[in-house]
Amino acid sequence: MSTTALGSHSVAHSHASGGALAFLRTYVFSIDHKVIGIQFLFSTLLWFVVGGLLALAVRWQLAWPWSEMPIVGRMLFSAQGGQISPEFYTMLVTMHASVMIFFVIIPILAGAFGNFLIPLMIGADDMAFPTLNMLSYWFMWPAFFCMILAFFVEGGASASGWTSYPPLSSVASAAPGSHSGQTLWLLGLIFVGVSSMMGSVNYMTTMIQMRAPGMTMFRLPMTIWAMFITAVLQAFALPVLTAALFMQLTDRLLGTGFFVPEGLIVNGESAGAGGGQPLLWQHLFWFYSHPAVYIMILPAMGMVSDIISCFARKPLFGYKPMVYSIAGIAGLGFIVWGHHMFMSGMNPALGMTFMVSTMMIALPSAIKTFNWLGTIWGARIQYTTPMLFALSFVSMFIIGGLSGIFMAATPVDIFIHDTYFIVGHIHYVLFGGTAFGVFGAIYFWFPKMFGRTMNEFWGKVHFLLSFIFFNGTFFTMHILGTTGFPRRYADPYHFEIFAPTQTLNQFMTICALGMGASQLIFAANFFYSIFYGPRCGRNPWHSNTLEWQAPSPPGHGNFDFQPVVHRGPYEYSSPEATEDYYPQTAPPPEGGGHAPPAH
Amino acid sequence: MGRFWSLLFLLVPILGVLCFALAPALGYWLPPDISEHGHRIDHLFMFCLYLTGAVFIATEVVLFWFMWRYDGRTNRDPVKFSHGSHNLEIVWTIVPAATLLFIAIYQMDAWADAKIRTPNIPATVEVTGRQFEWRIRYPGPDGELATEDDIFGVNELHLPVNEQIVLNLKSMDVLHDFFVPQLRIKQDAVPGNKIPMWFTARETGTYEIVCAELCGWGHYKMKGRLTIESREAFDAWLKQRAAEQKATQ
Repeated sequence: MSTTALGSHSVAHSHASGGALAFLRTYVFSIDHKVIGIQFLFSTLLWFVVGGLLALAVRWQLAWPWSEMPIVGRMLFSAQGGQISPEFYTMLVTMHASVMIFFVIIPILAGAFGNFLIPLMIGADDMAFPTLNMLSYWFMWPAFFCMILAFFVEGGASASGWTSYPPLSSVASAAPGSHSGQTLWLLGLIFVGVSSMMGSVNYMTTMIQMRAPGMTMFRLPMTIWAMFITAVLQAFALPVLTAALFMQLTDRLLGTGFFVPEGLIVNGESAGAGGGQPLLWQHLFWFYSHPAVYIMILPAMGMVSDIISCFARKPLFGYKPMVYSIAGIAGLGFIVWGHHMFMSGMNPALGMTFMVSTMMIALPSAIKTFNWLGTIWGARIQYTTPMLFALSFVSMFIIGGLSGIFMAATPVDIFIHDTYFIVGHIHYVLFGGTAFGVFGAIYFWFPKMFGRTMNEFWGKVHFLLSFIFFNGTFFTMHILGTTGFPRRYADPYHFEIFAPTQTLNQFMTICALGMGASQLIFAANFFYSIFYGPRCGRNPWHSNTLEWQAPSPPGHGNFDFQPVVHRGPYEYSSPEATEDYYPQTAPPPEGGGHAPPAH
Repeated sequence: MGRFWSLLFLLVPILGVLCFALAPALGYWLPPDISEHGHRIDHLFMFCLYLTGAVFIATEVVLFWFMWRYDGRTNRDPVKFSHGSHNLEIVWTIVPAATLLFIAIYQMDAWADAKIRTPNIPATVEVTGRQFEWRIRYPGPDGELATEDDIFGVNELHLPVNEQIVLNLKSMDVLHDFFVPQLRIKQDAVPGNKIPMWFTARETGTYEIVCAELCGWGHYKMKGRLTIESREAFDAWLKQRAAEQKATQ
């Protein structure tokens, strides 16, 4: 009772304070999970553009090294005649990965879709801790600020790779980016971590405590299961990264030397205190960052499962095995980090153990793939844009999953470790997988977010071009990897062995430019549709889950009736129902249940 | 349109296989192997390639076929209202599990030979990574490293053919990685640690040493030259190096 009284008081207060403050409360410092979700969506899409441009600059250098970059070259590097310098190149690869991972993939999944979908899909009016939720978004801003500022400090932004291996990252004289740029990188990541942790505890509490009547755990849609397990992964893995980030920060600022070995001489200067071990950082970093790989794909897997079942008009094949395999990936995810370190000098006998656990983590991924195929078997597929992206997720994830076997096989890894094979692998998982899944999710939930639908024709054109150019850019990377072509090389062609690969690299760069250009279609479609797209009703896709029973877009408090759940989320084409979908809220034909108001 | 999209997805396995089939002919492939152990790594690579290739083709073709066959526009059969199959789940859990376990066990011996079973012979040479060069150090006439008669060099590594070599890898400053593609060897150099590598080269010639771990802005230009030559040529070269070193001291 007291909370309600308090709530209405603050509402009354904001009304009294007039227009500007009300606007701030509603659209800027909002505590409504939908607004926060959309804020995350816009911020991360903006960073997606930044990360993408950094990638195109990397590709430009690999295709035509030391040549003047068209259009932007003169502006950025007037001192070098429009060329990318090797210092800037290492900064590009570092910042491309850092931005994409920490500012795009993780926050767009958990921050944008987690926020928007969790309360709606479980039938709650908001998150358990709305203010904490707002803070989790605003804590991203100091991180954004740190990363942008890093480009303008002396020495430029961090240039020691997104993995920031010491001593390169922790000793200032080792690289230009290891001056203030690296400190800002560490601070930025600490803020991202705080934001993620606030989101994580909030999501877990919400999903456990605030489900609508009748919404048992095994009636939750896969999106929610995936978000739940992702939140658990964040909560358990993040403290380790945070500790490691602080250790590197004190190494840099206070000379603690956690990661600096005895007698280090960098650039002719002694690096100060010793007694540390560079491998310690790698263990701590990957103890977080391997689970983070799953944080970066599980929510997409969940959303793709929902989209596929909806447009197959058929129940998800093997719901419980799907849930268990997500849990299995999360559990095994904590004991595979060492596979990033097979060549690091870590005890090679430990490599055997990590090889076995890494091979076994392919198992739940295989089970998921088979179940997706099972879902479209005997279906009546509707080829909408979200469905095409969801199916391409499956197709691309098969490649990303299988190429992982090569790296897990330790002797094979001796050759392909740190070559373009791994670059191809990670992009099949994170771009072909997650990013395509996210595109599918945007097209799918756009009507719920903005009450209008995106253009289907241009959506399909966007899909077709992205799909073709994506494969042109990244499939070839596997081939490049078999030649031994190393990562993070500003100019590999002065090596006799790599000189013949330049034509292949030029082909890849052209495809990458094409892929970048195709995203303009998406951007145009997205912004046009927000304002001028055709209006839609509550449930344009004839979907079962709860969010589609709420108004589009849902008002404050989400539902205009009390949702009561009678069944699982995937009862498409049920013989019990008259239509080919059967909303979770629809009362069973006989017996009790509360009918929702007509809509 | 379902037809069109299905065929687009069919292109994935077709072009994927074509890509791997044509790459060796176009010269984009594993460089020729000159080591004694390399054929085992190449064999395991091909083993993974054929195995994952088979799974890749099978799953992608099934995906294509389901997309083609169950297109809602043309499929007039009622939707199979099924929530899954317990038996199928068991099959596609146990079969991949056994396969994956087999792949892991099948790798172990080659890994142990490459990284665990260190031969009990003195090191032929010590290589130390430094931004952005490889420092080479041979034992002098006393046959022991870290003594006064050691012979030094930069970026020029000579080694005898058909002899087992133990190479001690170190770093002065940051992480580096000693990678010779043709020798199928790779190892990070970690400051503070001395990590042994071992191999036997079977063909003479000169090869490039690639740094495979980001070590700073000049990472890309950290190139060494490895010359594999006969025992006699190697001894003669070492002697000449020793004489040159003495002359400059």
